[in-house]
Amino acid sequence: MKEKELENIINKYRADPTEIMNMLLDIQEKEKFLPKTALSYLSGKLGLPLTRLYQMATFYEALSLTPSGRNQIHVCTGTACHVRGADGILNKLEQKLSIKPGQVTPDQKFSLKTVNCLGACALGPVLLVNGEYYGHMSALKIDSMLQRSSE
Amino acid sequence: MHRLTSVEELEKIRKITLEEKSKKSSCLTVCLGTGCQAYAGQRVYETLKKEITSHNLTAEIELKATGCRGFCEQGPILVLYPGEICYCRVQPENVPDIIKTTVIENRIIEDLLYQDPVTGQRFIKESEIPFYRNQSRIILGANRFINPQDLGDYLAQGGYRALAKTLEEMTPEQVIAEIEKANLRGRGGGGFPAGLKWETTRRAPAKKKYVIVNADEGDPGAYMDRSLLEGNPHLILEGLSIGAYAIGADEGFIYLRQEYPLPLENLSIAIKQAEEYGLLGTNILGTGFNFSVKIKRGAGAFVSGESSALMSAIEGKIGEPRPKHINTALSGINGKPSNLNNVETWANVPIIIEKGAEWYTHIGNATNKGTKIFSLVGKVNNTGLIEVPMGIPLKKIIFDLGGGIPGGKKFKAVQTGGPSGGCLPQHHLDTPVDFDHLHELGSMMGSGGMIVMDEETCMVDVAKYFMHFLKDESCGKCVSCREGTRKMYEILEAITLGQGKEEDIPLLEELAWVTSNTSLCALGRTASNPVLSTLKYFRDEYEAHIREKRCPAKVCKALIQYTIDQEKCNGCGRCRNLCPQKAIEGEKGSPLTINAQSCIRCGICREACRFEAVIVR
Repeated sequence: MKEKELENIINKYRADPTEIMNMLLDIQEKEKFLPKTALSYLSGKLGLPLTRLYQMATFYEALSLTPSGRNQIHVCTGTACHVRGADGILNKLEQKLSIKPGQVTPDQKFSLKTVNCLGACALGPVLLVNGEYYGHMSALKIDSMLQRSSE
Repeated sequence: MHRLTSVEELEKIRKITLEEKSKKSSCLTVCLGTGCQAYAGQRVYETLKKEITSHNLTAEIELKATGCRGFCEQGPILVLYPGEICYCRVQPENVPDIIKTTVIENRIIEDLLYQDPVTGQRFIKESEIPFYRNQSRIILGANRFINPQDLGDYLAQGGYRALAKTLEEMTPEQVIAEIEKANLRGRGGGGFPAGLKWETTRRAPAKKKYVIVNADEGDPGAYMDRSLLEGNPHLILEGLSIGAYAIGADEGFIYLRQEYPLPLENLSIAIKQAEEYGLLGTNILGTGFNFSVKIKRGAGAFVSGESSALMSAIEGKIGEPRPKHINTALSGINGKPSNLNNVETWANVPIIIEKGAEWYTHIGNATNKGTKIFSLVGKVNNTGLIEVPMGIPLKKIIFDLGGGIPGGKKFKAVQTGGPSGGCLPQHHLDTPVDFDHLHELGSMMGSGGMIVMDEETCMVDVAKYFMHFLKDESCGKCVSCREGTRKMYEILEAITLGQGKEEDIPLLEELAWVTSNTSLCALGRTASNPVLSTLKYFRDEYEAHIREKRCPAKVCKALIQYTIDQEKCNGCGRCRNLCPQKAIEGEKGSPLTINAQSCIRCGICREACRFEAVIVR
């Protein structure tokens, strides 16, 4: 990530150290992960210990220290999705992509994650693929979803 | 737009807005909440826009994208006013016909009307549909008239009138007295009296105070806060401003879940608009009241929704709970008195102020006033958001509003209160839904998730599901919570794998007792509820798993077997083509069989079979 982009993010939040989470999320959104160089830069600029930034990066589910795949699949495992069979969908994806939740395919094409609840419970079981919601999913629909999302 | 500097100016702009809106003879509203967007709602909206322009109807029709209307099952929902003609499951290809037939020729398209799945009866008006008819939508109701990105729509609905009334006519003490009189209890789950909380922070000896909206809606299965924030963001801002005035705070925060992009967008726009119009900022409406609001985002940690953890997160630290020797109402953000309420609680405030506590207390029962929004989801016909008076029986919600269980299956349990709540069985269906009654039965109201489970839901699996959630979300600070949830999960997992032992049940009960009694925050203190409530009401299911190595609901994979009914199978081969294990054997055209050795019980064959020939034993 370029220094200028980081500066823009820092300035967006007036270099206020209490806004650190908003800054980390902006970086994560742009880069799909938190590059080490960006964390060191933030730490120096804001006067926050680097350990604090790493603590946050590892505590929160939405932050990641390793790059994600080009296509991001989130499987909702909220209660409503669970009782409607989210497990079966997750298993099918694990099988299809040969990765576990939290991992990225070797070709960097897909990353698979679970999410506690997307707040789209009436559509359960639901997937979020590259920011798009797929409602009433079933294991049978996975192939066409993968095809569509990787086009 | 210049800043509004008095209440008179607010009323003037409201009048102008209303006049402007009345120039159009009809209004076409399309729900663009998260649910309807997933069903191509955005494309429906774009097509409508095009069709309205191509028919030269822009001068007559106001096209409006609204927030969530709650009936997500039937989305995308489109309603035409006047006439309140409601079309369900509208797709882009239906749009030309809607414009031609209904808008221009004034005729109804029968096929797009809601049809009751049981009686087959069709309904024209949105408010006549049984799902809506049985509700009291005092909070959610405005969503259907409001484009959340347009302050004008909120003003047209009487928005900011309560704030004006507060600032002009009421002292802070009078505001708190009104909230106390209304007996508003915290909708986040605790049910703590909001007025009392406000009073504590108000009296705290400090110059700087904060008010906070808890929008970290972490309970899986609950999404009412999401719908309020994305559908009517100004309502929350107005409630928060009234609270700030009453408490004596000049700064507010909204702690918003990272998983909610649309609420973030709509709230950010709403804050900017309110600042431009002088409804936030300095000298609000010329009354000398100053108040500003900032959004702080979460990043996917359930425990950060706990009050002290949330305040740590706002300070830019890790969102972990801290000991509350001194209540956050007295010592919260930066050690200053901080009043935290949930989204729905704040949403109630403008309504109480405008209509009065007297009116408000007529809704609900003796100790629980007003309405509560629930997300009615899981194995129920009409899934969506419902708003009902407190104290309504569970049965009425699930069967009258929810339309019962799909596919003629039997009801088994209803889970309320999220991971801190419990599962209630059939014989408690007459229970009035309110804070006190649910608590008595070992569950809780929580933030309003209501997950219906049918006979095909395994209660041991449900307990395991929640314990998996809680062990992952425990921050690990307290040993009892960190190790207790992990150990309970391991025992439950063993039971579902058919490795359960007789002594597991008493051990679970003991672990549950220790975890609840020795943890710092509510996550640990209530973590045992899913286990205890399922043990209390569904012990026979645990025993079947342990003693007979049998899962009565046929869910636990280690205890079930897939077979093919030789009578029903015609050998079409669909399941064989889809089986990831190539476990289905036999010749095309004659009944197939499943090789139990290679079958992983993923259930794809059952889903694929069109003849219901795949059986689970």
